[in-house]
Amino acid sequence: MNRVVITGMGIYSCLGKNLEEVKKSLYAGKSGIGVDPIRISLGFRSALTGLLPEPNLKKMLKRRMRIGMGQESQYAYLATLEALEMAKVDDHYLDNNTIGLLYGNDSTAKSVIEGIDRLREVKDTTLLGSGNIFKSMNSTITMNLSTIFRFKGINFTISAACASGSHSIGLGYMFIKQGLQKMIVCGGAQEVNANGMGSFDGLGAFSIKMDDPTKASKPFDANRDGLVPSGGGATVVLESYDSAISRGANILGEVISYGFSSNGLHISQPSVEGPTRSLQMALDLAKINPSEIDYINAHATSTPLGDKHEAMAISSIFGGDNCPYVSSTKSMTGHECWMAGASEVVYSLLMMQNSFVAPNINLTEVAEEAKPLNIPTEAKKHNINTFLSNSFGFGGTNSSLIIRKTN
Amino acid sequence: MTREQIIKTVNAFLIDEFEVDPDDIIMEENLHETLDLDSLDYVDLVVVIQNHFGFKLTAEDFQGVNSFEEFYNMIEEHLHKFTKENAKLN
Repeated sequence: MNRVVITGMGIYSCLGKNLEEVKKSLYAGKSGIGVDPIRISLGFRSALTGLLPEPNLKKMLKRRMRIGMGQESQYAYLATLEALEMAKVDDHYLDNNTIGLLYGNDSTAKSVIEGIDRLREVKDTTLLGSGNIFKSMNSTITMNLSTIFRFKGINFTISAACASGSHSIGLGYMFIKQGLQKMIVCGGAQEVNANGMGSFDGLGAFSIKMDDPTKASKPFDANRDGLVPSGGGATVVLESYDSAISRGANILGEVISYGFSSNGLHISQPSVEGPTRSLQMALDLAKINPSEIDYINAHATSTPLGDKHEAMAISSIFGGDNCPYVSSTKSMTGHECWMAGASEVVYSLLMMQNSFVAPNINLTEVAEEAKPLNIPTEAKKHNINTFLSNSFGFGGTNSSLIIRKTN
Repeated sequence: MTREQIIKTVNAFLIDEFEVDPDDIIMEENLHETLDLDSLDYVDLVVVIQNHFGFKLTAEDFQGVNSFEEFYNMIEEHLHKFTKENAKLN
């Protein structure tokens, strides 16, 4: 079995357009949340969203490579560019090695809706142009990135709701561990627009604290009233330890475990048992004690029920006097959905690299069930040797990753 | 629309949407090679022509079109036909 390490990472999120900007935001406890006026005009219950600039790739990619890319692919491209650069994967390496691509994504609503709107208007499929099909398929990110970067290994999209990004890293870990690939680009991306979130808004799951957007996302707070949708792109380069050493690559961390489970219950309501099994599986496979975890990046999205159940799951294993730091970076980012499992690994790696724990902002009154947890409300200087990142999604899909510093 | 206006319109969308270097647009040069067109690009050419001139071309219309000049000629011919038909309808 191969050891699996991370040799590159990249991020494009509402906390910043690159690792440096995001690191500063995380440390400062800066929120990336604002209000989208379009959602108000469309009758959304909540217009809160992560705010990030639209990428302009015109000078970076040729037309043919760009026109099949929707928002999520653009975000993923920028994150992947940064990750590959950090991993020192250049054109020569791309052309002479078999690199895989496993990326999380679970919607292309904007591209689908724009295409269908146009079809209804012109009643002629040719006039949709050649790019719409490649923007509209759920595998849009992997089909675009594999073409742009000339990847020649495993290549598919993982759709697992809000655990998509985390499962993509978990599956990449499995492929490399088994010796089937020596390098896989993994990640997750999430479109940020009204089209992608209308039906979700309709469930009443979003915070409606629009008068003070940066304070709306309040994971683990007694007065939380729902999540804030967000998005972007996050990429990590997974590689076998031997490959990384032989290339002289800088190792950011080692993936030591991937736990997973399915609740087997309600389509949207969370459970305690499912996430607990995922967490426990990750610990068992890593063969470590809970006391060896220095930081938990919680899934906690700021919904009343979800945070409660996760707090109970975490405290059943980690609660007590020696509880590690637990924070939800969603307090700053909002819920990055399909991207979240990957972005939260990137956020945690940044914390590990720079020896701090990002705060769980907007926590003013700790909810009863979160009281056994050690949740920092401001950045803490802290040496993180090992962290755990949880992701849970609709349909009861759960993923837990454990990553540690490499000796 | 005069031939001069047609050429100006075509060149504008070739430069803007197909990212052709203006210096590469030469009457007798090969359109397909200059634009590096693949099969998908013809779909987009049809779209952009429809958007700018109002008529729809088919794959057959591109047969025999090699140079930029032949491309302008083909569009001019279709535009006149399209304008005439529209005038009759009105």
